[in-house]
Amino acid sequence: MIPVEYYLGVGFVLFFIGLVGVIARRNVFTIFMSIELMLNAVNLLFVSFAKMHANMDGHAIAMIVMALAAAEAAFGLAIIIIMYKSKESLDIDLFRKIRG
Amino acid sequence: MGFVSLLVFLPFIGGTLIGVAYLAHLKGFKISQKIFSLLAIWAPLASAYLGAKLFLAVYNDPASAITVKVFQWIEVGDFTINLSFYVDSLSALMTLFVTFIAALIHIYSIGYMNKDEGFAKFFAYMNLFLGSMLMLVLADNPILMFMGWEGVGACSYLLIAFYYKDKANVKAGNKAFIINRIGDFGFVVGMLTLYVVVGKYGFDFASLKANAFLIPEYTIWFITLFLFVGAAGKSAQIPLYTWLPDAMAGPTPVSALIHAATMVTAGVYMVARFSFLYAEVPAVGELIAYVGAFTALVAAIIATKQTDIKKILAYSTMSQLGYMFIAVGIGAYSTGIFHVFTHAFFKALLFLGAGAVIYALHHEQNIFKMNNLKSLKIVYFPMLIATLAIAGIPPFAGFFSKDEILLNTFASGHFLIYAMALITAGLTSYYMFRLFFLTFHNREKSHAHIEQPPLIMTSILVILSVGSVFAGFAGLPEIFGGSNFIKSFLSHSLVYKAEFAHVSHSLEYILMALAIGISLAGIFVAYKRFFRYKEQSELKENALVVAIKNKFFVDEMYERAFVVPLVNTSRFIYGYLDRVIIYKIVQNSAVALNRVSHFYGRVFQNGDVKWYLVYMLGAIAAIAIYLEGLINV
Repeated sequence: MIPVEYYLGVGFVLFFIGLVGVIARRNVFTIFMSIELMLNAVNLLFVSFAKMHANMDGHAIAMIVMALAAAEAAFGLAIIIIMYKSKESLDIDLFRKIRG
Repeated sequence: MGFVSLLVFLPFIGGTLIGVAYLAHLKGFKISQKIFSLLAIWAPLASAYLGAKLFLAVYNDPASAITVKVFQWIEVGDFTINLSFYVDSLSALMTLFVTFIAALIHIYSIGYMNKDEGFAKFFAYMNLFLGSMLMLVLADNPILMFMGWEGVGACSYLLIAFYYKDKANVKAGNKAFIINRIGDFGFVVGMLTLYVVVGKYGFDFASLKANAFLIPEYTIWFITLFLFVGAAGKSAQIPLYTWLPDAMAGPTPVSALIHAATMVTAGVYMVARFSFLYAEVPAVGELIAYVGAFTALVAAIIATKQTDIKKILAYSTMSQLGYMFIAVGIGAYSTGIFHVFTHAFFKALLFLGAGAVIYALHHEQNIFKMNNLKSLKIVYFPMLIATLAIAGIPPFAGFFSKDEILLNTFASGHFLIYAMALITAGLTSYYMFRLFFLTFHNREKSHAHIEQPPLIMTSILVILSVGSVFAGFAGLPEIFGGSNFIKSFLSHSLVYKAEFAHVSHSLEYILMALAIGISLAGIFVAYKRFFRYKEQSELKENALVVAIKNKFFVDEMYERAFVVPLVNTSRFIYGYLDRVIIYKIVQNSAVALNRVSHFYGRVFQNGDVKWYLVYMLGAIAAIAIYLEGLINV
């Protein structure tokens, strides 16, 4: 079978791709997709570790994270819609009102 | 005996009542002067009654020494100080005449301060003063005595600066308080040393007296010297005396009560109270006696050339205080207190009489400008009695006490002090009768109208005259058939160790005649020069006369030696150190902090969410690495 380490490697790579995507992309939707990508990568990692250590905890966490990701997607999309309504654009660099 | 606490607290309550009423009066709730007068005198009169009652109780049993505890004030481990009052013959006698004279002066002041806008304020301060003085006299332990000591100093300041609108009066008040404070420092050092040495066995006077033998001799020297510094400040002895003449800026009843009869005698009382210490160190006592003698002589010399009636009396107070310190210095404590007792009567009378004179002549205080007041009999005779008393003419009060001091000084072998005291006696009668003749027998008719002093003032003068005549008989010596009541009465509370040579009766008569002779000589010289005085052409003033007229330039010397350096140091610190150096440092650090925060804000909080994400992930990474390190361990 495929060694478990390979799954871990894929998980890490996916996570870092998502991370770079969150930081370096301008489109709001792209950032959101990258966040989802990170969540999925984490799921993969948890499941792989569970297989590695023959422990059911990883599987349980993965199920919870999936439910969480769904809820967060709904919530985040609602925010994006409001953001679009105020600026008529999807460029994240335009939303600088956070500055202190 | 429980009424002792009432005796001390009533004046405080009275003072507070008047103060509150005065504040209400200022806010619009008008109160008449009559009501203020009643508020003012009820407490001193009650205290006077209780003081007499106290004295009678102790008179029946002079050896008794009762402590009346009110409550426990301080408790730190083993160290306890109670607010309690110590009643023995010494404090009973002091209480008697302090309350009596204070009550009289309060009544007099109702007349003197009539229509003054600060009428109520005056009596609030006076009541507070009386309460503090009683606390001082009746205190059971040095700390409570010191509280009274400071209280009278504070009230003295408040009352000297009473006419506060004139800056000179305020400066005089400051001067009195500051010099007093220097004395207080000495007192505190002495008191603390006493505590360190024997305090652990109890810090009230009875315990201290019993444990005094435990103190090593040189420590007693130290304690008594520093306590005397306190006494010198309070009782205007050299070198802490310059405040007393300036203190005459206050209303005349203040001078009468505080700076003649009561506060300034607190120093003498303190030495008598600590007689169990002073009796052990006759060398320190001798120093005190010399200081007293010098003060008496120098003050008398200065008084001979003064022109303001109150200043003459101030210097005479200083001089008589010197006599008291001579007495307590050589170990004759009861004699010193006897002189305190008689002096209170005739000095209060002198000041109040001077107040009547000033009132009659519409606030003229220069004796060379006073009219022929002989017609004002009701003031003339009391002043004559008082002047005779202070000059030491028998049978008036001052004679017996002053003569006892001179006798004891001679018998103890201090002949130089005796000579100084004798010369001072002559000078005293000279300058006092100079004052008397110029005030009452002046040829000048500069003031046409004499204002008749009211009955409330003149009746007090009469009462005090009776005192000035008869107070001396309390200490009538054996050669006249008396039993020297004061000496035997006080012997139960004082410690005597000094050696007084036995003086034969004939020698005693000779010394007495010598003292009387010198006083009469002084009167005669004053009579020749100042009776029916006419303005003479200015005699040539040699350097000595100029020095005396300028009080030996002591104030000026103090100014140059102490005040000017202090002021210059303050100017340097403020002008250069503060303004140039410290301001610059503070300002520059504030600017630097401002710049750093602007930089931080501009770079790290620019609102760009992507950077915020980077910071967030960096932090998470750091935490993860840290936790990972923990796991391996």
